[in-house]
Amino acid sequence: MRHPQLNKHGELQHLLTLDGLPRNILTAILDTAAPFTEVAEREVKKLPLLRGKSVFNLFFENSTRTRTTFEIAAKRLSADVVNLNINTSSAAKGESLLDTVDNLCAMQADMFVVRHAASGAPMLIAQHLHNTGRDHIRVVNAGDGRHAHPTQGLLDMYTIRHFKRDFSNLTVAIVGDVLHSRVARSQIAALTTLGVPEVRVIGPKTLLPTEVEKLGVRVFHDMSEGLKGVDVVMMLRLQNERMNGALLPTPQEYYKIWGLTAEKLALAKPDAIVMHPGPMNRGVEIDSAVADGVQAVILPQVTFGIAVRMAVMSMLGSH
Amino acid sequence: MKELDAEALCRQLAEQIRPHVTPATALVGIYTGGLWLAERLHAELGIAQPLGAIDVSFYRDDYGSKGLHARPQRTEIPFDVGGAHVILVDDVLYTGRTTRAALNELFDFGRPGAVELAVLVDRGGRELPIAARYCAQSLTESLPRAQNLELQRDEDGHFTLKLTQAEPAAR
Repeated sequence: MRHPQLNKHGELQHLLTLDGLPRNILTAILDTAAPFTEVAEREVKKLPLLRGKSVFNLFFENSTRTRTTFEIAAKRLSADVVNLNINTSSAAKGESLLDTVDNLCAMQADMFVVRHAASGAPMLIAQHLHNTGRDHIRVVNAGDGRHAHPTQGLLDMYTIRHFKRDFSNLTVAIVGDVLHSRVARSQIAALTTLGVPEVRVIGPKTLLPTEVEKLGVRVFHDMSEGLKGVDVVMMLRLQNERMNGALLPTPQEYYKIWGLTAEKLALAKPDAIVMHPGPMNRGVEIDSAVADGVQAVILPQVTFGIAVRMAVMSMLGSH
Repeated sequence: MKELDAEALCRQLAEQIRPHVTPATALVGIYTGGLWLAERLHAELGIAQPLGAIDVSFYRDDYGSKGLHARPQRTEIPFDVGGAHVILVDDVLYTGRTTRAALNELFDFGRPGAVELAVLVDRGGRELPIAARYCAQSLTESLPRAQNLELQRDEDGHFTLKLTQAEPAAR
């Protein structure tokens, strides 16, 4: 089967997942993102690459940070950006996903940025575009269900490379609700592809997917064990809205065992960085003192996210 | 084409520019060959303003057909462009499209007082109304399209001009 993300020349056509994306493409995106960070310092914060193109932000699920940074990225590339808040639009009146897409194609869309609660929705759109002879329209996954959040994974890799320079001798821990996390899946895929020798996941058994070790990670059910000697701590948000059933006692109980506090962070390397994809639940998965502390790189993650999204859109946007 | 001595041309170019250097003069090199040349001229001419560097990848007019160039470099303009006397430096002037892209990019940093262009070699074949104020060598006969002329720099920083057959257009 043809790889749905790559064209016949092996170039990126859509960005749907980091799982299976070759290392050279991952690295090319990170390298391309670097010069985009400088644009924010100019008098005119705009580049002409996507002039005349229309980017549609299709958000079937709420988001502030991701939607805003995609919007800023597209605008800095001079694209016209249309934001569709689907909760209040025709999907709420019963229109199907692909009918919505067809209608937007009729409005000369060039790129869709898609966030959806159902895993696989962006892939479905990409396949639909292919089957209907509209391969020139690009799809970027902005988070689908529990499946993938590739631009978050990429901006996390950019952040790690920025602060740690190199992936080849790092120990990275991903902590918390891996079960519900598309971010964790994208992080694990990228970290292993980029050659991080040790990726750990730390969390309670009820919040780790079964057979998670098959993704190439070391599993820890004890936070103090798992954090020992790590270079990077990647916290995950406790996804209350996706929990059904008694996976957890209470948020307070969770914080006591799995919350990142200064004492627990002291077990990591002294120069370890602390990351979080946001939005943070302070006092649940992370203590405020850590979130605002010197080791936290949570706000740089957001800034780098714009450059990384510019890189992805400009790599997809030609042809 | 007669052999081009890049080192000699570089010295000539510096002497052409020297009488026009003022405290407001700033050099901006265009990646990659133009930046090497600009580094040399910057030292040679004792330019006071810090050296700028432009990678025109984000401003190229063939992005729509050819896509983004691999591994673009960071553009850095470390001086105030507003009112500055800017000399853009490139190794070889050909169609003028790179210069056009560099001008557009430069103006996104501010409104310069004046912009001039300095090149080692003008190989002819212009497709835009662009001319170099400083040029060490104009080829009397334009190079054919299939040939590629560019500056090379060896480990010791020594310049040569290399003529190669251009790769056939991709796809």
